[in-house]
Amino acid sequence: MSASASSLRSDRPRGRWVGRLFYGFLLFSLVLGFATLGALLVQVFLEGYKWVDLVLFLEPPSADPLIAGAEPAILATIFLGVLLILFTVPLGVGTAIYLEEYADRERWYNRLLEVNIQNLAAVPSIVYGILGLAFLVRGIGLGRVLLAGAMILTLLVLPTVIIAAREAIRAVPDSIRQGAYALGATKWQVVWRQVLPAATPGIATGSILATSRGLGETAPLLLVGALTYVSFNPTLLGEFTALPVQIYQWVSRPQEEFRTLAAAAIIVLLGILLTLNATAIWIRNRYERRW
Amino acid sequence: MSATMAAVSVDLTARARELPAKEFREVVFHVEDLGVSYNGNAALQDVSLEIYRNFVTAFIGPSGCGKSTFIRCFNHLNGLIPGAVVEGKILYHGEDLYGPHVDPVEVRKRIGMVFQKPNPFPKSIYDNVAFGPRVLGMTDRLDDRVERALEQAALWDEVKDRLKASALSLSGGQQQRLCIARCLAVEPEVILMDEPASALDPIATTRIEDLMHELKRDYTIIVVTHNMQQAARVADMTAFFSITRGEEGQRTGILVEYDATSKIFTQPSDKRTEDYVTGRFG
Amino acid sequence: MATREAAAPQPLRLRASRRRWGEDVVKVVLALCAFVSVATTVGIVVALFVPAIEFFREVSIVDFLTGTEWAPLFEPPSFGVLPLVAGTLLVTVCASFVCIPFGLGGAIYLSEYANRRTRRILKPMLEILAGIPTVVYGYFALTFVTPRLQDIGLPVGVFSALSAGLVMGVMLLPTVASISEDSMAAVPQDLRDGAYALGSTRVQVSTLIVIPAAISGIIASFVLAISRAVGETMIVLIAAGGQPNWTWNPLEAVQTMTAFIAATGQGDVPTGSIEYKTIFAVGATLFVMTFVMNLISIRLVRRFREVYE
Repeated sequence: MSASASSLRSDRPRGRWVGRLFYGFLLFSLVLGFATLGALLVQVFLEGYKWVDLVLFLEPPSADPLIAGAEPAILATIFLGVLLILFTVPLGVGTAIYLEEYADRERWYNRLLEVNIQNLAAVPSIVYGILGLAFLVRGIGLGRVLLAGAMILTLLVLPTVIIAAREAIRAVPDSIRQGAYALGATKWQVVWRQVLPAATPGIATGSILATSRGLGETAPLLLVGALTYVSFNPTLLGEFTALPVQIYQWVSRPQEEFRTLAAAAIIVLLGILLTLNATAIWIRNRYERRW
Repeated sequence: MSATMAAVSVDLTARARELPAKEFREVVFHVEDLGVSYNGNAALQDVSLEIYRNFVTAFIGPSGCGKSTFIRCFNHLNGLIPGAVVEGKILYHGEDLYGPHVDPVEVRKRIGMVFQKPNPFPKSIYDNVAFGPRVLGMTDRLDDRVERALEQAALWDEVKDRLKASALSLSGGQQQRLCIARCLAVEPEVILMDEPASALDPIATTRIEDLMHELKRDYTIIVVTHNMQQAARVADMTAFFSITRGEEGQRTGILVEYDATSKIFTQPSDKRTEDYVTGRFG
Repeated sequence: MATREAAAPQPLRLRASRRRWGEDVVKVVLALCAFVSVATTVGIVVALFVPAIEFFREVSIVDFLTGTEWAPLFEPPSFGVLPLVAGTLLVTVCASFVCIPFGLGGAIYLSEYANRRTRRILKPMLEILAGIPTVVYGYFALTFVTPRLQDIGLPVGVFSALSAGLVMGVMLLPTVASISEDSMAAVPQDLRDGAYALGSTRVQVSTLIVIPAAISGIIASFVLAISRAVGETMIVLIAAGGQPNWTWNPLEAVQTMTAFIAATGQGDVPTGSIEYKTIFAVGATLFVMTFVMNLISIRLVRRFREVYE
């Protein structure tokens, strides 16, 4: 009954081929994703890099692609980014503090609140556009203004910020809270002076990443942003067009040059998002504590 | 109930204390029929005893006997746990800690706590000690308060040159003394210690025990410990807790015996106490 | 007991000196923040269903759900939503053919074949795919994929469901891969070790042991990806087409529900007109579809977490 050493070599060539084919399929899966990413980036850069110049940054759009720029769109996107942070951080962190530190988990309304946030995170972005159109643009008559766009993007991005803030708050060890309570601090003092400062890096990372996602969104802004050309720089209560929308408008035009312009604008957009994401990751690596 | 304590290698002679006679003891806490339950399950019941001023009182007993639960009743920390219900009374200078409208913040101003695992805040050494005074509005002469607290905790000399350094850069024993300093900075009357040295090495442990001796001159100290020798070394009075089983097998903590430490360890009145301190169980 | 009461060190006041109303204010403010998310959901439901109900007073819901002609601006108008639904499903199916098998393949590789260092590098890189804005994917579909499809001889025009679907599939690949990989990582190593000890190959362990054990998380990832495909707007708006088309041929141009909403919503449609209300009717249909799918997906994710954690 002794097995000879030679029988240890695989005698199932078919099994080996299956293994190789399978492995090939798996590798191909990954390669497909990365190759597409590569092709996309190459396509964008090759087409657009020559037109990323001062004209792009300083000129308003125009019917003539050679003098068209994206200044209003770029400014509006930056403006939206600032507003997004201003709106989402207090609302998101406030909600997270409420759910983590104040709310009684056994109550039905608090559990409903948690489920609600999870659902909101999965609603298609265009539905948020419909919400904005119905209530802000038409409903209260705010019109297609930057503020409406900022508000709708805030609602879109808020569930993500809430979830990130909750993780950061939950990561603060309970022993810190107990120590603070034992010294006679009130609940708010514990939250404001111990929990929030300790959770700040996580909250900052999460908010910046969420904002970056929000700035890449186009669909809600189509329903809430300006209908036609915007050739003037954005103000809070003025009409606006953001960078993704500008890209969409240029891509939709038949002329070749507008495609090139779109590619150039995409390079700028990707640059902005990359900067934001890199900042978020840097904050996380530099400041986040491993408890 | 024999007095054979040969099996117990406890050094009581060095610390054989002459406790003041009962007439000269001052009562700080009067506990009456205290019970604690979590979500309907009784963790502790029918505890009655008195805590005396400037004594070190130890709570000992096997794990699960409720001693940590009990000590947390003194500063309302059980209130942070949802589902915890406290019955009975704890009279602190005659006022019931569990009476109506009692504010936990006021209670904790006067009754401080040091925890088993050192839990310094992720801030500087100075800010750790200053935290209590700041939240309680005692911000006058803050530097003096911090220095005084650190001196009382026997830490000042080691940190006086680096008050701005992070508290997390200290060793385990230093962190625990920092937590003690933090507690002292708000000038409490009572200090509760929940196994303060169990996470520390023997040298750091000795320093904490020496500190307890120093501090009891000005403060009243209650300490929970699972280390009997430690109780014998530091405590004036010792309370021994054990576990009873109910009809459905639930385990509930009860107070078995409470007396001067020397008596608990040499001539316990209850067989359960004797079994525990001689190491027969627990 | 002949002990004396110790004198209290300071005036003993165990009640709060004044009511801490600051704490109450804080709690109310925080609850209001939380309320914003509730208000959002209520707002979405109201914004969608109130006009949708008005719409269905004028247009029979049966005609809406079964009609195969969508021409709200014609005289007489037709309101059959099926062409839009067909457009959405056609693109979704094309996307699924890409993201489901290859997303799962990527997940199997990361979970069963890659060593820890490789996984740590590849997984975040996969996330980059998910972070590219959809408008950029739309541009890519139009300017790169469509010409390549034409190059290999397929009779596609400028717009096609296939082009949009393929790109959407790649965009959703990280979604499937990431959630499936988490689900597979949660399968205890003992299961694998037991199978390997019996002489199984890695292929067999991956497909016969790990995948069945992780199946609810894997299915959840599929459902989530499909839900995202249904709700996606920009790729289809740019690359799939703008005319409703009742067809099952992916080579043709189609208009999806989302593209219709975006196109109509951009226009200056008079408030309260029937055309305006079509936005909400289609939007409500879309919302219901994705909502149901999200519920299923969340339920499935919870189930795989319970089994192993």
